[in-house]
Amino acid sequence: MAGFLLHLCLLLLFAPLLQGVITRTKALFAGRIGAPLLQPYFDLRRLWGKGFVLSRTTTWVFLAGPAVALTVPVLASLLLPFGGLPAPISFEGDLILFVYLFGLGRFFTALAALDTGSSFEGMGAAREVTFSCLAEPTILFSLIVLARISGGLSLNSLFGPHLAGAWGTGAAAPLGLILVCLFVVLLVENSRIPFDDPNTHLELTMIHEVMVLDHSGPALGMILYGASLKLMVLGALLVRLAFPWQTGHILGDVLVFLGGLLVLAILIGVVESTMARLRLVRVPQILIGTVLISIFALVLVLRST
Amino acid sequence: MHSLSNFCLLLVVLLNFFTLGSARLGACIRAVAIQGGLLALLPILSHGITGHTLLLSGGALLLKGLFIPWLLLRAIREVRIRREVEPLIGYVPTLLLGALITAGTFIFADFLPLLAQHQDGLFIPTALATFFSGFLLLMTRRKAITQVLGYLMLENGIFIFGILLSDAMPLMVEAGVLLDLLVGVFVMGIVMNQINREFSTINTERLSALKD
Repeated sequence: MAGFLLHLCLLLLFAPLLQGVITRTKALFAGRIGAPLLQPYFDLRRLWGKGFVLSRTTTWVFLAGPAVALTVPVLASLLLPFGGLPAPISFEGDLILFVYLFGLGRFFTALAALDTGSSFEGMGAAREVTFSCLAEPTILFSLIVLARISGGLSLNSLFGPHLAGAWGTGAAAPLGLILVCLFVVLLVENSRIPFDDPNTHLELTMIHEVMVLDHSGPALGMILYGASLKLMVLGALLVRLAFPWQTGHILGDVLVFLGGLLVLAILIGVVESTMARLRLVRVPQILIGTVLISIFALVLVLRST
Repeated sequence: MHSLSNFCLLLVVLLNFFTLGSARLGACIRAVAIQGGLLALLPILSHGITGHTLLLSGGALLLKGLFIPWLLLRAIREVRIRREVEPLIGYVPTLLLGALITAGTFIFADFLPLLAQHQDGLFIPTALATFFSGFLLLMTRRKAITQVLGYLMLENGIFIFGILLSDAMPLMVEAGVLLDLLVGVFVMGIVMNQINREFSTINTERLSALKD
């Protein structure tokens, strides 16, 4: 029970800070001082205090979207070990539940966007669904590679303590490959710059932002909070892969994990400020590339064992 | 040492994929240059620092990593090539073919009668994969300069193969291959300029319509 609470506290309290770190890194690259690190928390509080504006044409689906977008990352995080901390809930095959929980979240966000009846939001939903259905094979193949290396089928054993040893053996090569793949998936799923710009409000290029355009007040706050939780949950996969050390002490494990997340956030900020946004037609191409790389990693693993 | 060279080889394979899928000529040239630079590390990583490997690495770095890419970049500046690569078949099919070939070489390499110390390494499959990726690039692109890039990549594959034999292979052979390549790039540059002047484009497809 204590582990359960610690897990949730870490997730719920720490997640918006990552967004703040990313914004700050981008500001520093642009030569500005930037918003304070805690700005996302202030934003959430401000949004929570506002009222709803609801269109008369919308139904309950419109409000279900933000609710699902907030609960899905929380549920998914319970299946995932945070660094050295084991996952509170774990069973064989929970990796499939993990992947499809995000599918559920996406389904409801797209549905809420379609519910507004605006053709503009429908366009965003179509784009988002296209990109995520190309990102899904990558994440599944990466998890299969991990499953093959670890020999288990739950996320807890996939990201278990054996990872630190695996980096020194022949499995290092496929691990490096899927690290790259998962980083691309992280950028796609969180609508980060080479694939989608979280700050853009240019009609032709928006993907994720256009779907949440009609939400206001607490609903928008839930969506923003859900997005930062999603960033942290997907980032946790990468951090565990890249920093598999375990100190054996709970506090040390937590510090390694949070430090890794901060490094990851800075890395995302650097990528966002040094890269230009890709043209829309190039995004599926890159995603197919990562699918191929993850399949190649699987071939490497199958060959070496 | 061993895992470091494996890491290098892996990056080489990733750069193969990148070059096959990339639409920008400049990015392609830089990717092949980085690949050449990575290859220059390999002799030192796999055989230790001796006079022979240092010479091999230095030569590879200077020629593959710096000089030839510089020539190519200069060429696209002078001939004013548009940035797109213009593939004969699309990027995604090329990538798929490249992935199939790479997976194929990894399976094929296990059946080759190799020495015991080469049996499990990444050297042979990477060499073959780079070789065939270069070949694919050579076949599927229209622009003369991308064909030079394909040729360069093909030579990179041969170089990886040569590293395994660098104890047995005299430096002269390696130097000969590198010189051949350099001459090839020079000739290609001259030919490209010529094609550009005659046709005001360097699309090699137009060459098939040549009449006397």
